[in-house]
Amino acid sequence: MPFIPHTENDIRDMLQAIGANEIDDLFDEIPADLRSGELKTIPSAMSEMAVDRLMRDRAARDGRPLNFIGAGAYEHYIPSAVWQVATRGEYYTAYTPYQAEASQGTLQLIYEYQSMMTGLTGMEVSNASLYDGASSLAEAVLMAVRANRKSKSRKILMPTTVHPAYRATTHAIVHTQDIELVEVPFNPASGRIDPASLNQWEGEDITALVIPQPNFFGVLEDVDALTAWAEARGIIVIAVVNPLSLALLKPPGEWGESGADIVCGEGQPLGAPLSSGGPYYGLMCSKMKYARQMPGRIVGRTVDADGKPGFVLTLQAREQHIRRSKATSNICTNQGLVVTASTIHMALMGPEGLRRVASHSWRNIHELLKQLNEAGIETAFNSDSFHEVVIRVGKPAEEVLERMAESGVLGGYALSRDYADMDDAILICATETKTPEDLERYVAVLRDSL
Amino acid sequence: MSNIPTDLRYTNSHEWVRDNGDGTVTVGITDHAQEQLGDLVFVETPEIGNTVEAGDACAVVESVKAASDIYAPLSGEIIETNAALTDEPELVNSDAFGEGWIYQIRMEDEDALTQLLDAEAYEAVAAEE
Repeated sequence: MPFIPHTENDIRDMLQAIGANEIDDLFDEIPADLRSGELKTIPSAMSEMAVDRLMRDRAARDGRPLNFIGAGAYEHYIPSAVWQVATRGEYYTAYTPYQAEASQGTLQLIYEYQSMMTGLTGMEVSNASLYDGASSLAEAVLMAVRANRKSKSRKILMPTTVHPAYRATTHAIVHTQDIELVEVPFNPASGRIDPASLNQWEGEDITALVIPQPNFFGVLEDVDALTAWAEARGIIVIAVVNPLSLALLKPPGEWGESGADIVCGEGQPLGAPLSSGGPYYGLMCSKMKYARQMPGRIVGRTVDADGKPGFVLTLQAREQHIRRSKATSNICTNQGLVVTASTIHMALMGPEGLRRVASHSWRNIHELLKQLNEAGIETAFNSDSFHEVVIRVGKPAEEVLERMAESGVLGGYALSRDYADMDDAILICATETKTPEDLERYVAVLRDSL
Repeated sequence: MSNIPTDLRYTNSHEWVRDNGDGTVTVGITDHAQEQLGDLVFVETPEIGNTVEAGDACAVVESVKAASDIYAPLSGEIIETNAALTDEPELVNSDAFGEGWIYQIRMEDEDALTQLLDAEAYEAVAAEE
């Protein structure tokens, strides 16, 4: 049997059977002006050797800068064992398998992942992951609209302290579905939402409130007060979290009186390398009462006819192969390999290891901030932070950062890209990967670049 | 052919409707529908107090092999749902026309009842499938 399933003869026979001359005829239904034709910007094929050379040259151009940029993707140390184990043949696939129950090892790993996520977030149920943090927020908004059956408005309160890329992605996914994202501004002194400011929506039909923790500025929101405001009005609470921070912070399941309803976020800080922005994975947890509204796959533990324990894909009636167009989402697969690595990472680190990484990161950014303040550089907000802070440098941030990069230091993220009146504001992150010498170098290079 | 009581009204989408005589109706799915679905594992009932239009998908029944919408047979307000189905969805299988009822509607217009199928007409619909 040939390795390639469709030989030239097979293809000819199949085309003949349906009365088509060539494969292109199968696309006749698509109007010509919608077809891309030749892609002019895609170069012709290269040999493996040439591609290898090209990628090495490009990687060398990046150099080895000292990185203080966070803004949604975080540099953490990943023990060598993590990817050594994750790339074993038994695990090395990007998909949840189609004959799922035949792959008990994969299902058990996803089940363990779900257990770890519910442990971190303090929630009752987790799915098997989504694409990334940004799309997990969009899915959470769609889920909230399904779950809040008392609300008719399809209005979502979306603070501007939520990651700008997450807001843009969510808008792109939900705006055609008659869902309105209503901006909630932040207090310019504290860099976070004033819970009292929510009262401007008093008496209005609101479907859900999004609460980022920490928010895009690294600032800790007053999650208890915000959650309590929503709970008292029957509004669904969507938490957007950095899962690593939950090793230190109060889990969303304990916010307010009865906790957040849906938790989503970016899984990258738990074992995925920065890798130019992906692949990462999205996490999603919720209260059990909303499990049927949750998108994606869920692995459950059960017993077989002989009473032996085993793992299954559960609640599949929500999924597209059964519910068709009424499915809770069209996500049929997920970031299986990244989730595998992340699960191994969490297992290896353990709760204590994650707590130490989180607190080391917290200590580093606060030590850096102290040194910057001593050097006369101002902090933008007077609030508590996790492992990122915003400073004001009194000069255009983009230009300062460019000069820092020339000295081999990626000094942070220029907030002028997303926010008005923040031309001189830089968002800085220092994780556990930074040494005391790195912090001193940052301060020296920044001073030279002003 | 499964049981089709003659004192009820029916829809093409396999809901049954009982006139309670006080401007309200009780709604469920027919014996034929539950047979087609197989063992039910979950019933999502509508929200009490919501108003529905005839034809709105307002509840979901989930079996081991499928999940199906239940449509409002006529317009009105949802006034009651069958709380017993939360723990015992199988009541729809064992007693589709009795303990397996799903929700009650206060009718906006009682004439709408006469637009629904009678037992004989529904039998023809069910037989065609």
